[in-house]
Amino acid sequence: MSTSNETTSPSGFTSKLHLDKHISRRFNEELEQVRTLVMDMGALVEQQVNDGLNAVLNADAELAKKVIERDQKVNNMELAIDEYCTQILARRQPAASDLRLLVSVIKSITDLERMGDEAVKFGKNAIKLAKGNFADDQGSRPLIELKHLGKHVSETLHKALTAYAQMDVATALTIIKDDDVIDEEFDNISRLLVTKMMENPREIKNALRVTWCARALERIGDHTTNLCEYIVYLVEGKDVRHSTLEQVNAKLNN
Amino acid sequence: MTNLNININQVELTETVGNIFADNAKMSIRDANVFYGDKQAIHNVSLDLAKNQVTALIGPSGCGKSTFLRCLNRMNDTIDICRVSGQLMLDGEDIYAKGLDPVLLRARVGMVFQKPNPFPKSIYDNVAYGARIHGLTNSKAELDEIVESSLQKAGLFNEVKDRLKDPGTGLSGGQQQRLCIARTIAVSPEVILMDEPASALDPIATAIIEELIDELKEKYTIAIVTHSMQQAARVSQHTAYFHMGKLVEMGKTEDIFTRPTHKLTENYITGRFG
Repeated sequence: MSTSNETTSPSGFTSKLHLDKHISRRFNEELEQVRTLVMDMGALVEQQVNDGLNAVLNADAELAKKVIERDQKVNNMELAIDEYCTQILARRQPAASDLRLLVSVIKSITDLERMGDEAVKFGKNAIKLAKGNFADDQGSRPLIELKHLGKHVSETLHKALTAYAQMDVATALTIIKDDDVIDEEFDNISRLLVTKMMENPREIKNALRVTWCARALERIGDHTTNLCEYIVYLVEGKDVRHSTLEQVNAKLNN
Repeated sequence: MTNLNININQVELTETVGNIFADNAKMSIRDANVFYGDKQAIHNVSLDLAKNQVTALIGPSGCGKSTFLRCLNRMNDTIDICRVSGQLMLDGEDIYAKGLDPVLLRARVGMVFQKPNPFPKSIYDNVAYGARIHGLTNSKAELDEIVESSLQKAGLFNEVKDRLKDPGTGLSGGQQQRLCIARTIAVSPEVILMDEPASALDPIATAIIEELIDELKEKYTIAIVTHSMQQAARVSQHTAYFHMGKLVEMGKTEDIFTRPTHKLTENYITGRFG
């Protein structure tokens, strides 16, 4: 069995949980379709996050408007996938890994939709920052830090979505363990911005907007961690939410 | 990845996975083997039936689940070429012990079959039959009492109380099955074995039987063979998965249907090739 193709598409990974081995071919197709829809939604949310972040960093009001408008599409995908999962639950009464797949999907799309909402916050703040001549402030320390945090969060999200497609528990666990790093980076930016506000009270409005963007990134990091917890649940059948790292390890080794 | 792409028919069956032990076992079976002539139908099956709980036996056709169930009240005694070995205990007592009367055993371990099989007698006589032959009553009043309470427990009394003299065969399929359950209950068994009790019934009659099973477990220990995974998931607290005469996996129903340990169990309950 070649592994080269499997890293590129979700379909290659259905074999990991034997998702394509049902006696009912229609059921195979339905589960495959659910996974494809989630990956599509994930790709759209990832684009929203990246575009929203760029809109903030470049004070690009046009891009920001597009992000805000496109959120409706994310919402619609959530509704469509929910409905599709409900249909499968009602008609197939899935069990074991099939059941875990659907439960993890239903939960995952909630987190994806929330990430979409965070991207909208970028958009709204970007428009206001653009009006406030924020573009002149490109060299400032908080913005550089925001860019840095944004890059980190965006890369983590990308890794998580790939792990989701590949049902890759090892990567998912690394991301869960690394969430603290994102939280620390957020704290750093907050401190910087507070200093900036104290130094220059006229900049408080803009500084607050940057804080809200940083906060949105931190939230996206949390949602990304949730996605990774669902990957562990899907593949291993272990619920690692609300667990310390030691508890996660204990559950997985049990 | 590669090692996951196994042909599931080649999965070797060695030990049962999961947990076969019950804290409060009504029946304990250890290393049960069943042969039909030279052919071995059951291989070294060990499990407990937890008291006042429902244990579901599931598995594909021919996996031995019904054969195993029938060992539990020695129904297989009636088949000449059938031979059973191992320890099969009811409350610590060997049910295959010499001198133990299988008829008395079957009063303690009753059975309900796939197809409702009321006797060609009245509803009343169907239920009264066991109590009569076992001499459980001294008076008509006592017998009336047993018939009524058994029909009550089987959830049938209100539907038939005005026509107890009518033939049992005149009832609907679901009612006939509840009549058979009432007949089983009438001799005050401790364990009730059910072999596909709802497979010939429509969804409403099935739901009524399942509800009844849930109530009956308060008083009796129940083992049920079913082809319907959803039924096993709905009615049982423990599930045992049989495959080719072996017990592959046993555990709490909630675990078996969400995170089974053995690949064969997973394949069966999710309808994969196996």
